[in-house]
Amino acid sequence: MLKRVHYRGSLLPFLLVAPQIAVTLIFFIWPAGQAVYQSFLVEDAFGMSTEFVWFENFAELSEDPYYLDSFLKTIVFSVLVAGLSMGLSLVMAAMADRVIKGKTAYQTLLIWPYAVAPAIAGALWVFIFDPTLGIMTYALGFLGYDWNHKLNGGEAMTLVVVAAAWKQISYNFLFFLAAMQSIPKSLIEAAAIDGAGPAKRFWTIILPLISPTTFFLLVINVVYAFFETFGIIHSVTQGGPAKATEILVYKVFNDGFVGLDLGGSAAQSVILMGIVIGLTVIQFRYVEKKVEY
Amino acid sequence: MIENRPVSLFFSHLVLVLGVAVVAFPLWITFVASSHEAVRMTQVPLPLLPGDQFFTNLKLVLFQGLEGSGSPPVGMMLFNSLIMAIMIAFGKIAISLLSAFAIVYFKFRFRMFFFWMIFITLMLPVEVRIIPTFEVVANLGLLDSYWGLSVPLIASATATFMFRQTFLTIPDEMLEAARIDGASPMRFFFDILLPMSRTNIAALFVILFIYGWNQYLWPLLITTDRDMYTVVMGITQMLEAAEQAPDWHLIMMTALMAMLPPALVVLGMQKLFVKGLTETEK
Repeated sequence: MLKRVHYRGSLLPFLLVAPQIAVTLIFFIWPAGQAVYQSFLVEDAFGMSTEFVWFENFAELSEDPYYLDSFLKTIVFSVLVAGLSMGLSLVMAAMADRVIKGKTAYQTLLIWPYAVAPAIAGALWVFIFDPTLGIMTYALGFLGYDWNHKLNGGEAMTLVVVAAAWKQISYNFLFFLAAMQSIPKSLIEAAAIDGAGPAKRFWTIILPLISPTTFFLLVINVVYAFFETFGIIHSVTQGGPAKATEILVYKVFNDGFVGLDLGGSAAQSVILMGIVIGLTVIQFRYVEKKVEY
Repeated sequence: MIENRPVSLFFSHLVLVLGVAVVAFPLWITFVASSHEAVRMTQVPLPLLPGDQFFTNLKLVLFQGLEGSGSPPVGMMLFNSLIMAIMIAFGKIAISLLSAFAIVYFKFRFRMFFFWMIFITLMLPVEVRIIPTFEVVANLGLLDSYWGLSVPLIASATATFMFRQTFLTIPDEMLEAARIDGASPMRFFFDILLPMSRTNIAALFVILFIYGWNQYLWPLLITTDRDMYTVVMGITQMLEAAEQAPDWHLIMMTALMAMLPPALVVLGMQKLFVKGLTETEK
C-alpha cells in the first residue's frame, strides 16, 4: 500500500496526518477509553463518590430483564428491517434488471429516500399512522382495524420497522442492481438457450452470483438497524409504549442522559462497541471475497 | 433482455411502478399536508390532493416557525444545517486527503500505527460513545457552536480509505516526473494529486453532505441554544408540541424543507452519488 516511488520520512508526513490523528484521539479514542473506564465504576446517587467495581455493571446488565429484553427487541427489529428492506429491493432490482427502457428513471425515483434523515422519515410515517388523523389509520379503520401505536407495542414496533426499512430500500436497491448488472450477459443467454425461464434463471444463476453483495448488504443493514435508527425511534415512539421499541442504542441514551445511570450506560456502550467491532471484522474478512464467474 | 416476453416485461414494469408508488407515498402525503390550511388538517379523512396554501405555509414556516414548539424559524435551522453539513463534508475531505497522501506517498515511522488508529474510527460511531464524547466537547467549551457540531464528526476512516484507493491507482510516473521537474511534495499534492482525484472528491462530497445534514443525535445533545438548532432535530421538538396542538400542515412543511436539500443533491448528482456510494462502502 506504500507507493513504490515515495518520499523519505521527514517532519512533513507527521504534519499531514496530525489533524486526522488529533480528531481521532480527542473525539474517538479518548471517549471510547472513558466509556470503558466508566463501565467499571459505580457512582452514588448524588455524584459525590465513585467506586471501582470491576465487572459489576456488566454482571448487573446480564441479569437485568429490561436489558435482555432490549437485546431481544434489537435482534427482532434488525432482522425485520433487514428482511423487509432487502426483500423488497431485491424484487425491484430483479425487475429493473429485466426492463430495457426506463432503468435510470426507476433508479432516480427509488434512490431519494436515502437522502432523508432517519428522524424525518420517522416524522413522515408517524403522520401517516397518526392514531386520530393518519391516512393509513383511517384506511385501516375502514377495514375494521383499530390502529393505535401509542398504546399497542406490537403496532409501535411495526411502525418503526416500516419507517426504517423504507429508508433503507434505496441503498439496497442500488447495490443489488449494480451486482446484477455486473453478471456477464453470456451466462444468462446460455441459460436462456438451454430453456431456462426468467424465474429459473433468477434462482439458479442470478441469486447465487450476487450472494457476496447479499451478504455485504446483510451486514450493512444490521449495522444500520442497530446504530443508525436512533432518530427513527426517537421521533416515532421514544422507546415506548412501555419500552416496546427500546432498542439498545436508544437504551444507552435513555439510561445515560435521562436516567443518569452513567456506569450502567457506559457498560452498555462497551457492549455496543464490541458488537460494532465484531460486525466490522466480519464485513472486512468475508465481504472482500469475490465470486468467480 | 434475452428473449421477447411481453407479458413478463409488462409484469416487471408493473412491479416497479407499484414499488415506486409505495416508496413515494410518504413524500406525496407530506407535500399534500403542507399545502392545506390548519382547519382542513384536523378533519378526518385527511386530504389526498394538494390544497392552495403551500406558499402561505412556506412563508410562515421559514420566517416564523411553529409557535409553541420552542424551535426557531425554519429558515434559521436550515441555515444551521447547511453550515454543519458543509463543515463536516469539507473537514472530512480535507483531513482525509492529507492523511491518505501521507500514508500512501511517505515512508515514515509509525505509518502503519497511524493507519490502524484511523481505521478504528470506523468502529466507533457516535451512538456508542455518546456520553464521554459529550463530556469532551463540554470541557472544550464547544457546546452550542458550529465547531462543536462538526469537528467531533469529521474523523473519517471511509474517506481516508477511498482516497488511499484513488492515490494507489495514480501511476508512479506522475511522481517521478514531478520530482524531475523539481516539485516539492506539497506542490505535487496540489498540482497533480488533487486535480486527478477531482471526481472522487465530488462523489464523496455528495455522500458526506448528506451524512452531515442528517445528523440527529449529536446536535440534539450539544445544542441547548435554540439559535443553534438544526432542522432535522427541530422536527422532533415540533412532534412533541404536536401532542397538544397538531399543526401538521406546518410540521410537514418543515419535514419537506428538511429533506429537500439532500434529496436535490442526490438527484442532481445522481451519477456521482451512485459512484461515491458504491466505492466508499466496498
